[in-house]
Amino acid sequence: MTGSLFEIVIAILLLCGSLLALVAALGLFRLPDLFTRMHASSKAGTAGSGLLLLGVAMQSGEIEVWIKCLLTAGFFVLTAPVAAHLLAKAAVRAGAKLPGIEESDHN
Amino acid sequence: MILATSIHIALAILILALILTAIRVIIGPTLADRVLALDQLVAIAIGFIAVVAVKTGFELYIDIALALGLVGFLTTAAFARYIHVKAGREGKS
Repeated sequence: MTGSLFEIVIAILLLCGSLLALVAALGLFRLPDLFTRMHASSKAGTAGSGLLLLGVAMQSGEIEVWIKCLLTAGFFVLTAPVAAHLLAKAAVRAGAKLPGIEESDHN
Repeated sequence: MILATSIHIALAILILALILTAIRVIIGPTLADRVLALDQLVAIAIGFIAVVAVKTGFELYIDIALALGLVGFLTTAAFARYIHVKAGREGKS
């Protein structure tokens, strides 16, 4: 019984994680400019990978795998905002613009 | 039974996400768009590795996911630095 309950939890984690990855990809594909795309991919993408890694940890149950999965997910949570910030800063310097914001507001 | 079905559905959804992101890599109007899409591609690949690890029961795959995460962050940081420096040079000249 506990085995099947575990299986259901892992199945829900896998489905939610892959759906979040799909939402991130859809946002990346459909949204109009760089900054809105960044907003879609850096949050939903991180959450999707984190849920899938949590699914692996649940399936294994060993402490070693748990540590590795949490380390990977934590690393992802730490680095995704940093990467998005660096890229946004570089893009603004390269001349990317937010629609609806005047040129004088950029500085 | 329920786990095997959900693994197949998750793989199909991830393939769809991978295709959408790859289209963005190809059509992305600026270099920053392409770099962002490549970053997302790495995230989806890590998810793919996780699903395959559940499917095969081979936990060694998680090490690959960890290494891929490190490399993905470094690539994005390096590309952002490149865009930054290139924009600065073009602004000066």
